[in-house]
Amino acid sequence: MENQPSRNKTKRYFDTAPEKDEKTQNKNENVKVYTVKSTAKLLKIQKYKEQNLNRRKKAFINNNKIKKNFPNKAPIDPKKLELHSRGEGFTGQGVLHPLHLLKLKKREKKFKYAQEQAARADILLTEGQGYLEVDEDNRTTSINQKVIADNVDITAATKIFELNLDFGPYNAKYSRNGRHLLLGGKKGHLAAFDWVTKKLHFEINVMESIHDMSWLHVETMVAAAQKEWLYIYDNTGTEIHCVKKLDKILKMEFLPYHFLLATVNEYGFMSWLDISIGEIVGHYNNNMGRTSVMTQNPYNATVCLGNPKGVVSMWSPSSKKPLAKILCHKTPLTAVAVDNRGMYMATSGVDRSLKIWDIRNLDGPLQHYKLRSAPVHLEFSQKEMLAVALGNNVEVYSDCCITTTEKPYLRHRMAKEISNFKFCPFEDVLGIGTTGGFTSIIVPGSGEPNFDALESNPFQNKKQRKEAEVKALLEKIPAELITLNPFEVMEVDVPSMQDRMEARNSLLYLKPRNIDFTPKHKKKGKTNIARKKIIKDAARKKFINQSIEAKKILKQPEEDKNSKPKQSFGVLDRFVSKPKVKK
Amino acid sequence: MSNLKIKVISRNPEDYLRSTKRDIHKIPRNYDPSLHPLEGPREYVRALNAVKLERVFAKPFLGSLDGHSDGVSSLGKHPSRLSVLASGAFDGEIRIWDLTSRKCTRNFIAHEGWVRAICYTPNGQQFMSVGDDKTIKTWKAEIQDPDDEDPVNTLLSMSVVSGISHHRAKPIFATCGEHCQLWENTRSEPIKVFQWGVDSLHHVAFNQVETNLLAACASDRSVILYDFRESGPLRKVVMELRSNALSWNPMEAYIFTVANEDYNLYTFDIRKLRQPVNVHVDHTSAVIDVDYAPTGREFVAGSYDKTVRIFESLKGHSRDVYHTKRMQRLTCVKWTLDNKYILTGSDEMNIRMWKARASEKLGVLKPRERTALNYSEALKEKFSGHPQIKRIARHRHVPKHILNAQKELRTIKEKNKRKEGNKRSHSKPGSVPFVPERKKHVVKEDE
Repeated sequence: MENQPSRNKTKRYFDTAPEKDEKTQNKNENVKVYTVKSTAKLLKIQKYKEQNLNRRKKAFINNNKIKKNFPNKAPIDPKKLELHSRGEGFTGQGVLHPLHLLKLKKREKKFKYAQEQAARADILLTEGQGYLEVDEDNRTTSINQKVIADNVDITAATKIFELNLDFGPYNAKYSRNGRHLLLGGKKGHLAAFDWVTKKLHFEINVMESIHDMSWLHVETMVAAAQKEWLYIYDNTGTEIHCVKKLDKILKMEFLPYHFLLATVNEYGFMSWLDISIGEIVGHYNNNMGRTSVMTQNPYNATVCLGNPKGVVSMWSPSSKKPLAKILCHKTPLTAVAVDNRGMYMATSGVDRSLKIWDIRNLDGPLQHYKLRSAPVHLEFSQKEMLAVALGNNVEVYSDCCITTTEKPYLRHRMAKEISNFKFCPFEDVLGIGTTGGFTSIIVPGSGEPNFDALESNPFQNKKQRKEAEVKALLEKIPAELITLNPFEVMEVDVPSMQDRMEARNSLLYLKPRNIDFTPKHKKKGKTNIARKKIIKDAARKKFINQSIEAKKILKQPEEDKNSKPKQSFGVLDRFVSKPKVKK
Repeated sequence: MSNLKIKVISRNPEDYLRSTKRDIHKIPRNYDPSLHPLEGPREYVRALNAVKLERVFAKPFLGSLDGHSDGVSSLGKHPSRLSVLASGAFDGEIRIWDLTSRKCTRNFIAHEGWVRAICYTPNGQQFMSVGDDKTIKTWKAEIQDPDDEDPVNTLLSMSVVSGISHHRAKPIFATCGEHCQLWENTRSEPIKVFQWGVDSLHHVAFNQVETNLLAACASDRSVILYDFRESGPLRKVVMELRSNALSWNPMEAYIFTVANEDYNLYTFDIRKLRQPVNVHVDHTSAVIDVDYAPTGREFVAGSYDKTVRIFESLKGHSRDVYHTKRMQRLTCVKWTLDNKYILTGSDEMNIRMWKARASEKLGVLKPRERTALNYSEALKEKFSGHPQIKRIARHRHVPKHILNAQKELRTIKEKNKRKEGNKRSHSKPGSVPFVPERKKHVVKEDE
């Protein structure tokens, strides 16, 4: 039974009788055959050898016989690759176990592949960035809006327009997809419209002063900070909420991914209102005095506040104190702006200086400019152009962060005083709110030409907007995750783990302190040894009591979980069974 | 101004809007990281949502096969047809089920007393059953005419038979009882009888990869290995308590897992029986049956504590636990050969069908659905170490009796640990050694 030779049976390693080998030996007699016991290592070496041979063969073919234009994948521009990089990769050091090393290396390969793919996908982008070029003996500043309007196509030329309004000075804000514009006049005029088609959504006068206003997550809702409270209107101008928790607001910023409306009021209180649930998630006095210089850092959703002493502070709703503070100017600040990537911050003071800072490394200003007058407002565009409001002039600087620029890129002079301005997202447009209305000018090359439709889509219809709203609400980031480093949540929590263990150990396994036996005043009647013993015993008792209490504290949360809030039945309470007391 | 060059962004709406209402919307993408801020927190929230949805959709129970008039004692999988299942009951009845329609296609009384075990032949045309009446009966899997209802072959064993397992390819099968016996289909006497000691065996299983090997669980707490080419048994390992069932890993020929009476499962490597490769804990009562998934990565265990648990074969704790209010003590579990379902037979006459992955969506997935699921799967894995996400992913609601039993076991374990620690600290250093959990449960290995 056991030795039955079955012909169809697959061969196993333990079956002795190497018939097949002999056959092959006979067939090719001129080939030397070595009988080598194959091990995993040998097999691996063999595999590598074969691979190398094949590669060499292929390379040979490529070089000599077939000359292709693109033998391999097209090379990627290192700059683009750098753009999509998620930081320095894993080098392979410090990992003890080879298996983990292998796993991490595999993961690293995947990251690299993803980065390459993202860089390669740039070829699919349809639109090109705007620009303005003149010959060498001219300056770009000499090009005014009229020249630009004459030299661009008609649809683009319609983006230069002016609105003369009577309830100024006006604030202007674009919605996140750059399609809608909100205008708020100090004297109570509030208007929202699709500025591309010039279709008016609503126009009302709230009959109070308006200090600031903001779009909420969709273009159907706007918030306006009026004389007393914060009001929320829908796209027909109907008041839908009056938020009396927020009063006398000076400035506000909407954080779209957190659904938070960050505000600062006259008394120096910062508040964050979660507009999806209508609750205030943070309400702190900033202790910096009255200030209306405020902006958000889009990179990490912190709020930057400039104060009259020249200090810029960064705030998150989870901490009562600012996350970071920096003295930027020795004079009161007039404006703060942060660029889209969260790299640079521009500040200006009444001393007519403009400083550019690297936010992630607040060592010293990267650039320090002296201007003709103190800027009223600063604003970064999506492509890192900086607009500066100087009285009734707007100057736009390009490349002013890393390199020191001598001249502005564009200059626009107006007859009215500027109150604020905003770059329109995904357009080469700067919208300026002035004392006498609103002016829209073209700044070529300021906007991002290619939008991501899943993030913000200027062409979205109602249905898409509704869907995007639901998705955005599902992905609402909790307010606690606002930190200086937004990638903190993806990092390993090593120090805090260490801290926790140390704290726990220090509570549980505290060493009794050394006791000083030398008494301050000699007491008669007791020997030194007895006194020593008394002091020692007292200290030991104290220590034991301490450690017992520490243990109690450590155990407490578990017990708290078990005890549920009791339901009261009034008089019938005595029939409720009492929980057993554990000994 | 002769050389003035201006370009301004000016989009043609036609490039961005769909041409007709029936068209799909155009979604231009730009992967520039500056357009996608707060990547970390957003991914974290997505992962949190994904893991919550996973728990929401975790509805593993698919249905029950109702029909037996006594507890289900054994199940048999068809080797090539996914929809066929044979089940035997304590009253000697065998039922054949069509799993797609969840209906019984055939039922008959096969034995007097229990049907101890059922197994199909490798070609799937016949199946065999052993019962308390010391007979081994062979039946036709499908009946064309009424004569096929009767057993094709009935073998009478001299002693009690309590388990049966068929060879992967050859017409040989093994039964166990007082001894392990090897039979050939054509002969009425066993071709070989293996004996080791006097105690009886209650479960036998052929290795499906290394087809010459088989293993059996004996009631003297041992697990015995046989090679059917040899004349005697190969080796045995004696545990502290008896093993109830045994399952070979279908992918790694040298690995098997036993379900033990001491609430644990033990995975052994046959090359080193002295110490199990892994101890799988979590059950709160004796484990009755175990079956590997066809991938060899997971196995399912049914226990006397009225729960089914799914273990990953390399991990010590269960991945999931299934229970219902009405399910009583488990008697047999099977993992279907498409790696999608789990079948369990229990004391209260029902066979239950479960999904192997509790939150998996059954049926065909559309490509977008699949990519979304893959994405959330990757996110879950990426953030699996986060305390919030870990907590949600790990949480399982279990019946009160299980929870209480778990608590009790935990206190017992802590007590033993404390006691041992005290003993260690009050005796000569080195006299109370640290014994790893894996070594505690094996008494000895015999050759």
